[in-house]
Amino acid sequence: MTADILKIEHLSYSYHNLSGETAALSDLSFTVKKGEFLAIVGPSGCGKSTILSLIAGLLSPEEGGITFYGQNGRRPGIGYMLQHDHLFEWRNIWKNVTLGLEIQHKLTPENRRRVEKMLKDYGLEGFAKKKPSELSGGMRQRAALIRTLALEPEILLLDEPFSALDYQTRLTVSADIARIIRAAGKTAILITHDLSEAVSLSDRVLVLSRRPACVKAEFPIRLTLPDNSLLAARMAPEYTRYFNQIWEELSNENE
Amino acid sequence: MKTNEQTSMAQPVSAAQLAYMQSHRRHHRFIRYARLTVLLCFLGLWETCADRDLIDSFFFSSPSRVAACFLSMVRDKSLFSHIGVTLLETVVSFLLVSLLSLVFATLLWYSRKLSEILEPYLVVLNSLPKSALAPLLIVWLGTGIKTIIVAGISVALFGAIISLYTSFLQADSEKQKLVYTLGGTRRDTFFKVVLPSCVPAILSNMKVNIGLALVGVIIGEFLAARQGLGYLILYGSQVFQLNMLITSILILCAIAMLLYQIIQGVEHYYKKKI
Repeated sequence: MTADILKIEHLSYSYHNLSGETAALSDLSFTVKKGEFLAIVGPSGCGKSTILSLIAGLLSPEEGGITFYGQNGRRPGIGYMLQHDHLFEWRNIWKNVTLGLEIQHKLTPENRRRVEKMLKDYGLEGFAKKKPSELSGGMRQRAALIRTLALEPEILLLDEPFSALDYQTRLTVSADIARIIRAAGKTAILITHDLSEAVSLSDRVLVLSRRPACVKAEFPIRLTLPDNSLLAARMAPEYTRYFNQIWEELSNENE
Repeated sequence: MKTNEQTSMAQPVSAAQLAYMQSHRRHHRFIRYARLTVLLCFLGLWETCADRDLIDSFFFSSPSRVAACFLSMVRDKSLFSHIGVTLLETVVSFLLVSLLSLVFATLLWYSRKLSEILEPYLVVLNSLPKSALAPLLIVWLGTGIKTIIVAGISVALFGAIISLYTSFLQADSEKQKLVYTLGGTRRDTFFKVVLPSCVPAILSNMKVNIGLALVGVIIGEFLAARQGLGYLILYGSQVFQLNMLITSILILCAIAMLLYQIIQGVEHYYKKKI
């Protein structure tokens, strides 16, 4: 129905050191549709983060390629959320959320207004002058999201961005952030260890094999939501079935 | 971690909190008085021993003789130029060490090749006793303020470069990755992450530098000066004016303390701001 925004074909990547090479990805192929929320799960150490680093252009593929279909044939902007919020303690929240704009010399009045509006929309109004340590875990995560969104990326890469939060905060923050990303119409690729997170947040779950990673199974997720609450996805009737199917796939892989 | 200050201000302070704060203050008051007592006991013992001829006051001087010597040197104003010269030389060496170590550590951080090539040389220069260089400096630069400043720099510089470079390397690599994901360059990672995160390390490095610069300056003054506290100490020993010698040493103590306190003050201010 919608167009592809990203196509990964026969991607391979290895890490090298003097004691030998470690293949992280081998012949990995998948596509991501525009506006889709894709979750990638896999055994630990299977090279999930490597995929994101390759998409973000922090690493270059050894074999295969990544094709982007941005607007007007341009490469779409990519935002990357890391495992921790990495807000800089020596900057206040405003200076933190505008870090990307500052680096790219895009601190125009228009962009400032946009960031101010995001702070307001995401419940951080009045915190611009505060230090990161004065914010709660959830607020810090939202500030990190604003920092990423400030550069108006079309694709968001989420590398277990909620793993450092405690469980309770994690449930609400992950649902909250997924809602923000959907509302903004962004494409997102989420890497996670947490199957319930993958099922409840995404449109499609990719299960990767052990290292070197390739796509082992794929589950489109269709949930019937009982209500509009943050945790609605986890109450959906289909939730447990998806969870068990993915669990099954992963368990086979771990044996 | 969150907004503790606000809650504690709004609520009335509990009895237990008051007791805790009181015991905290009592502890600090005790330390302050104990320090003062140690100093007074030392001076008292010294004075008494000299008075009763238990020690030879010609060699060991005494607090009253030191005070008299200090006052006479203040009166004939010779002391101020000596203190001024030593202070000037120390501050100039310190500033140059701070600047040069920052520049060199940055270059080493930028180029891994350069840092690997230069590593053994830095290690050698750092462990070499710099007093061995002083005679060479005199031949090259003559006797005077230039030689002394270079001596001051030479003592502190190499250690400062190594320790700054090490702290640059320890800057959070994930935060640097973040800068790359925001489209930054290596230059951005340095100015946005490495340098700001190393400010505490730079300040504590400065505390070491100021002490070492003073060491270097005094070594320089021993060998190549007509002015300064180092010169005064050496001259005092040569003419057996031990009152003058000990007075100079005590002034040196005061200067070392003062310079250290200034940097600690800056550090304190920075920590409060952050």
